[in-house]
Amino acid sequence: MSTYPLLSLAIWIPIFAGLVVLTTGGDRNAPLARILALAGAVAAFLVTVPLWTGFDTSNGGMQFVELGAWIPRFNINYHLGVDGISMLFVILNAFVTIIVVAAGWEVIQTKVAQYNAAFLIMSGLMNGIFTSLDGILFYVFFEASLIPLYLIIGVWGGPKRVYAAFKFFLYTLFGSLLFLIALMYLFIQSGGSFSILEWHKLPIALGAQVWLFLAFLIAFAVKVPMWPVHTWLPDAHVEAPTGGSIVLAAIALKLGAYGFLRFSLPILPDASHELSGLVIALSLIAVVYIGFVALVQEDMKKLVAYSSIAHMGFVTLGFFMFSPMGVEGALVQMVSHGFVSGAMFFCIGVMYDRVHSRQIADYGGVVNKMPKFAALFMLFTMANAGLPATSGFVGEFMVILGAVKFNFWVAFAAASSMVIGAAYSLWMYKRVIFGDVANHHVEELSDINLREFAILGILAIATLWMGLYPFNNR
Amino acid sequence: MFDNFVVPNLLPAAPEIFLAVMALAILMIDLLVKDSRRTVTFVLTQLALIGCAVIQFATSTGEVTYTFSNMFVDDLMSDLLKLFLYATLVIVMFYSRGYVIDRESMNKGEYYVLALFATLGMMVMISANHFLTIYIGLELLSLSLYAMVAMNRDSVKSTEAAMKYFVLGALASGLLLYGMSMIYGATGTLEITGIAERLYGGGVNKSVMVFGLVFLVAGLAFKLGVVPFHMWIPDVYHGAPTSVTLLIGSAPKLAAFAIVMRLLVNGLITMAADWQNMLIILAVLSMAIGNLAAIAQTNLKRMLAYSAISHMGFMLLGIVTGVVSGDARYALNAYSSAMFYVIAYVLMSAGTFGMILLMARSGFEAEEIDDFKGLNKRSPWFAGIMLMLMFSMAGVPFFIGFFAKFSVLQAVVAAGYIWLAIVAVLFSLIGTFYYLRVVKVMYFDAPADDTPLAAPLDMRILISANGLAVAFLGIFPQVIMSLCAYALLRSL
Repeated sequence: MSTYPLLSLAIWIPIFAGLVVLTTGGDRNAPLARILALAGAVAAFLVTVPLWTGFDTSNGGMQFVELGAWIPRFNINYHLGVDGISMLFVILNAFVTIIVVAAGWEVIQTKVAQYNAAFLIMSGLMNGIFTSLDGILFYVFFEASLIPLYLIIGVWGGPKRVYAAFKFFLYTLFGSLLFLIALMYLFIQSGGSFSILEWHKLPIALGAQVWLFLAFLIAFAVKVPMWPVHTWLPDAHVEAPTGGSIVLAAIALKLGAYGFLRFSLPILPDASHELSGLVIALSLIAVVYIGFVALVQEDMKKLVAYSSIAHMGFVTLGFFMFSPMGVEGALVQMVSHGFVSGAMFFCIGVMYDRVHSRQIADYGGVVNKMPKFAALFMLFTMANAGLPATSGFVGEFMVILGAVKFNFWVAFAAASSMVIGAAYSLWMYKRVIFGDVANHHVEELSDINLREFAILGILAIATLWMGLYPFNNR
Repeated sequence: MFDNFVVPNLLPAAPEIFLAVMALAILMIDLLVKDSRRTVTFVLTQLALIGCAVIQFATSTGEVTYTFSNMFVDDLMSDLLKLFLYATLVIVMFYSRGYVIDRESMNKGEYYVLALFATLGMMVMISANHFLTIYIGLELLSLSLYAMVAMNRDSVKSTEAAMKYFVLGALASGLLLYGMSMIYGATGTLEITGIAERLYGGGVNKSVMVFGLVFLVAGLAFKLGVVPFHMWIPDVYHGAPTSVTLLIGSAPKLAAFAIVMRLLVNGLITMAADWQNMLIILAVLSMAIGNLAAIAQTNLKRMLAYSAISHMGFMLLGIVTGVVSGDARYALNAYSSAMFYVIAYVLMSAGTFGMILLMARSGFEAEEIDDFKGLNKRSPWFAGIMLMLMFSMAGVPFFIGFFAKFSVLQAVVAAGYIWLAIVAVLFSLIGTFYYLRVVKVMYFDAPADDTPLAAPLDMRILISANGLAVAFLGIFPQVIMSLCAYALLRSL
């Protein structure tokens, strides 16, 4: 174990790097801002590597713990620590940040410093969410991370960016405010403690648990997002710049699921069992119904956004069947979805940068002009559909296995997504990539450059590696 | 004839006496000032305020000291509130200087002197232990502010605002006095601690007391600007010259909090069950109407006026949760939360109006929300400062506004009013919309005019410090939180 405060470094290095990037000022210094941002992102990633190498897999408790008084008046502590689950997300987050900075390298030409700074600061805040062991510290990071994403969508987004940014912010804030009251209630119940680990041991009456569970559910369901509070996501995804979509899909959506795992399940076990039917029903609606919704989308980004909702449905489904197989599958699905959806959004971004359209109808025959891109895009589409040997398969398969034990019809509904997922992913791929060259825009396409190839290549390796050698989380 | 005349202990009132002398002296000295920028007057004003702070520090004993036959009290709560008051006034004077110099009719020595008299009024209010002392302080504050609102004589809007403020303010004073006279009738004393003793002793006519209480609460609600006694706030905030709006919108909230504490908590705590229910209604209505009406505003000053209404409503939540069915266990927690909320609000409000002043220049008022269009292009730094202020007002972490809301909400939840906490967060969610809109205008829209900002360097530095303080105190709120708790612990 390292003696350095690695978790603090993982949080604060990107935030300070973001502030440094901001000082480069206007777009005259854009190259400098990009290099500083990349250096900051890489540095932030490097400090998370010892979390992986130094992690004691035989220890089921929290590791790399840091504990200090923050606001003694309310017994709020600066309490950080990771277990096997959060450690993965910290690393995933740091990794995605590098991808995002690289993805915006040539594309973002206005307010470059602010763009990169927003992503770096958000990355630090997200690390804060995954490592907080204090309820208020968690909440503070949870809510503060809305600010950079609001700005990212609003400043660098598409034509309806203002609407999308407001919807995103207010939707997620609505959820988290009730969550805040639930935290305060737990504070009172536990006799004045905001420690999540102490709350895990707290006995709470079932009636109170149900109310708390519903408050948590609203907060996390909005974040996941679960049907029927998912409508902000397609808007946010469509309007956000490529980097924003990647972070949203790869990291931000994981926050809700992580919240279920950190708060709802361990603190409110009885209510979780009591209300698991509700969550499972909502998850299945997400998996099946949203899958069909994805099928009819004409906008590629919207299609992938809906497919994200369907995939996250697997995650919540896995959590609430209370079988080890289901939970593990859900975790694998979360990490896998981080890579795959990030890659999907990046692929769409690659095409959008060249053609400035996300409509499926504006494409066709891209393979003729971009063979390398088409090959990589193929891989990610397959992974999105859940093809064996890709990471997408492992998680979904495990969740379905867990579901079979739980209830046949639940498993049946969940498994139908394998078909629906294949349908919308492959149909989109067919319409965009295959066929004859559709128009002069496609005719003028140039294949991916080295930067794009490197990003997609790394993501492809991650996807395949997780598919061929699914690691055990603990 | 003067046999039984005892010289009162002047020490607890030393800052007030000093300020009164200084204000009169500055009024004289200003007659001799030739400089059109009135540097001497300005510097003396600031020195007077700083002098008050020094004297406050030097004379503070930490004990509850009464003087002037128990009409005046000096305790840690008043010391702390007054120190924040001086700090606010110093900031306000710095912010408004450039604005005042640019406007002929306001560039008078009286501007500074009236501000000092208003400060004196607030100090007296904060330290009052007697109905008459409260009334004198209140009137000194109000009369100074009426005059300041009307200072821009040629502006019809300002004159109208001053008239409205005066008429409604006089009405509110009347209500307050009526309530006080009822309570005097029931208890036979005007002294706040005396009233508390009489009520504790029993035998006081309850119905007369409740009758008086209603008028008292109405008068206080008027001064705080909470619904349904809020009508003057938007018009006065909007009509007053921005530098005066800055003054009205910041420091008096501290004094209003103090008299609420003195009258309701120090004096009428035994009737908490009665006034708490009244305040709950006021608080909920204020949050509802304040936040909803703010959405419809296009004028930033009006928007901030409605936002002030909603913030005062939120602050009241801290005061209503002090006593739960006769149990005062949560009192300290609740009242110190409300105090922290007020201090945080004053800091944010000063910064926000300061930003409007910063954007204004000779012959141009930056008071429409659209005047902030594309500020991120014109000045990324100040757009960032305004961003922090807006998110802080909305109660988003890591800014002080979050912990202000947090501390009040935890008091509400601790007292068992969970429904009230849910109502409060739902309305603050609605409120977030209009703060976000200001951020949207600054960051997402293209600038409407590209004139560089004209504000002087000292103001730029100070407003930056103000904005950064909102962020810094949002990350480290402990000091002020525990100061409030400690001061109230030693004063109640």
